[in-house]
Amino acid sequence: MAKRIEVSGLNAYYGKTRAIEDISMTIEPRSVTAFIGPSGCGKSTFLRTLNRMHEVIPGARVEGKVLLDETDLYGPGVDPVAVRRVVGMVFQRPNPFPTMSIYENVVAGLKLNGVRRKAQLDEIVEKSLRGANLWNEVKDRLGRPGAGLSGGQQQRLCIARAIAVEPQVLLMDEPCSALDPISTLAVEDLIAGLKDQYTIVIVTHNMQQAARVSDRTAFFNLAGPGKPGRMVEIDDTNKIFTNPGEKATEDYITGRFG
Amino acid sequence: MSTVNLAGPSGLRKFKDKLALVLVCAAFALAVIPLVTLLYTVIKNGAKRFDMEFFTHSMNAIGGRDAGGGAYHAIIGTIEQVGLASVISIPIGVLTAIYLVEYGGGGRLARVVTFFVDVMTGVPSIVSGLFVFAFWIALLGFEYMGFAGSLALSVLMLPTVVRAAEEMLKLVPNDLREASYALGVPRWRTICFVVLPTAFTGIITGVMLAVARVMGETAPLLMTVFVTTAINNDPFKGPQMSLPLFVWDQAQLPQQVAIDRAWAGALTLILFVMLLNLAARLIARLRKPVSR
Amino acid sequence: MTSETLEQGATRALGGRARKMSTGRTGDRLFGLSAKGSGILLLAVMAAIAVFLIVKALPALRADKANFLTSQEWNPDAAQSRFGIAQLTFGTVLSSLLALILATPVAVGIALFIGFYAPRRLADGLGYVVDLLAAVPSIVYGLWGLQFFVPKMNGVATFLHDDFGWIPLFGGDTVGGQCILTASIVLAIMILPIISSITREVFLQVPRANVEAALALGATRWEVIRMAVLPFGRSGMISASMLGLGRALGETIAVALVLGTASGISLHLLKPGGNTFAANIANTFAMAGKIGQSALIASGLVLFVITLLVNMAARAVIARRKEFV
Repeated sequence: MAKRIEVSGLNAYYGKTRAIEDISMTIEPRSVTAFIGPSGCGKSTFLRTLNRMHEVIPGARVEGKVLLDETDLYGPGVDPVAVRRVVGMVFQRPNPFPTMSIYENVVAGLKLNGVRRKAQLDEIVEKSLRGANLWNEVKDRLGRPGAGLSGGQQQRLCIARAIAVEPQVLLMDEPCSALDPISTLAVEDLIAGLKDQYTIVIVTHNMQQAARVSDRTAFFNLAGPGKPGRMVEIDDTNKIFTNPGEKATEDYITGRFG
Repeated sequence: MSTVNLAGPSGLRKFKDKLALVLVCAAFALAVIPLVTLLYTVIKNGAKRFDMEFFTHSMNAIGGRDAGGGAYHAIIGTIEQVGLASVISIPIGVLTAIYLVEYGGGGRLARVVTFFVDVMTGVPSIVSGLFVFAFWIALLGFEYMGFAGSLALSVLMLPTVVRAAEEMLKLVPNDLREASYALGVPRWRTICFVVLPTAFTGIITGVMLAVARVMGETAPLLMTVFVTTAINNDPFKGPQMSLPLFVWDQAQLPQQVAIDRAWAGALTLILFVMLLNLAARLIARLRKPVSR
Repeated sequence: MTSETLEQGATRALGGRARKMSTGRTGDRLFGLSAKGSGILLLAVMAAIAVFLIVKALPALRADKANFLTSQEWNPDAAQSRFGIAQLTFGTVLSSLLALILATPVAVGIALFIGFYAPRRLADGLGYVVDLLAAVPSIVYGLWGLQFFVPKMNGVATFLHDDFGWIPLFGGDTVGGQCILTASIVLAIMILPIISSITREVFLQVPRANVEAALALGATRWEVIRMAVLPFGRSGMISASMLGLGRALGETIAVALVLGTASGISLHLLKPGGNTFAANIANTFAMAGKIGQSALIASGLVLFVITLLVNMAARAVIARRKEFV
């Protein structure tokens, strides 16, 4: 059920300011693609254009095409709500719904789609929490508030919430930046396990993490001071970290830059 | 390869979303309708008697059936009563706020005061009138007078002033206070010459909104200033009219000339209140955010 | 601006110190005491309200030959003084609750409209429009209600009575505009801005991250509100409407003008008449004799206690929420 994403000629704007410029790339299904690059170069903005979360910000808009297996996410008649149902997202900071229990958090997305049968929900909750490596830690307290978990557990709960609706693609916006090293390791293990079923795109500031978890890596950079961000290159992770095609990439990964 | 269905959520979900949109917009429209009709009727009906005579004459020797007459005595009364109420409640209110923010430090007394400021906000206006009647007129034996009305209005104004001043004082960054202490400035001078000036415009805004609120109060005046048709410039002696009471008095008469006077009074009152509100918002907007 | 003030203040203060070293200490004590004194004065006023109302209510309560709590009569100045608050309590609670039921959904709708539906640029201006409703004095609402709204409601009342008279609330022998329903609608308009502005503030505190999380799950705008906004704001909405209720209970002039006074307890919302604590005081105080005034003060005391309880409950809900979040 994982899908291929093909982006072509994508520009994103905040009001009159262009944030990213003319990005084209192909994201392979059943693999992990990492976006790396200095802060403020548009990685997160680009990620958010992939499930049309970018336009949630007032004044923000997008030009270009994002094909999810031949369907243009920005085509006419496409509902952004439906797009987000198919392309799930995990955020930088864990954001479980504070008023809901662990159980309710996981089924939040399912309830929207009219799944009401208790047995079915129970089954999906267990499956999703197991998928997020969280089941053993929380199975005895599913009724407790999700906000009572530790940061790492909360983030895995958010991942469980995202995969419970069985999306085609999972976007992760620096999912480990607010976590300690042990929780980070848990999430990274989880990503490795999830890529058999999902197309995963992850934004990270941590190059070791990109090297550890991803199959392909895209390097983003600003076109120049005050100019929009752009993608410098995308290639197999091994190649990017050992023999990058561009000088800027090499400078960045060897720490001479950024 | 299959294509993905992105046609949007199911019909029912879409329908609910649209329904919510319609309901929420309708709610806003529902709030605007009374505001518009109210302003329209007040302006339309109030304009009939919104003339020079209205602002220069009292109702002395003018009965309900007679045309003419004006609200001069009532406007004088309102200005004096609200002015006195401000003189009473602003210093006490601001000082209380200073106590809560600068001295109280979350102590027990400060928490009790905070709680009762909240409670006081909810005191019905008629109850404050009854209180002043029971205390000032029935117990101490004073006659009905403008000042008694001021006392009742002060009770209503006080919590609003405390709240507004408290919010503004809390916004003053602590480094400012510490910078002043570090210069060897005593605390009270720090408060008077550093903290208060920084919060000044904000406090003014809050005070003006409080004044606008009590200016339209009618109920507490019924049993404190009484009703009179004559001009009385002395708020400390004898019954004195006020603008809201004037409207209340005229509105209950059956004659159209009296109703017209009531509308003109309402228009005058609304103009006063709206101007105060507008001025307060302008000051709030002009105010530069506390610079750091 | 602030740094200038700081310098000026410091210079002035240092000048003061140079003149007399001890000024700071004494000044501090005096200033601190007067600030504290103001706070205590405020408490004293609250206590005085309770004490004086009780003291002045006692003569009438002693003279009362009827049961103060259950009697529907109001003849305190008669030779045989008989009065009770039953119908006042009934009218006050009925009209205020009705106003609350009418106002709360609309107020929440307004808060949602301004916070989540209206264009961001307009939001502040629209909020100001709603605040204008709060700025209109109650006497103006009363005049508008009596002269403009009551005649309109005459027709509505007749229509409801003719076509829906089988619903007991709309029944009764006579119907007219000066009824509890009209008073409740006017009250609802008056408490609308209070409820909506507090609700709006609570909605502003909903974490952006939760809204985005709901969006990312593929929620429609309404579902985002259901999932992330309303549960978060629930206690805020409850306390907001309770504060609105407190205001409606004590509202005097508008009700006094709109309601055609008639005695008796009746559930017929369209029947002219009904009475509330505040309206009864406003309408009869001027004509009341000694015992009559005292009786009105007693009824005012009851009103004071009821609003006090409602407001305290509302504050308690807010306080609990602060601990929770």
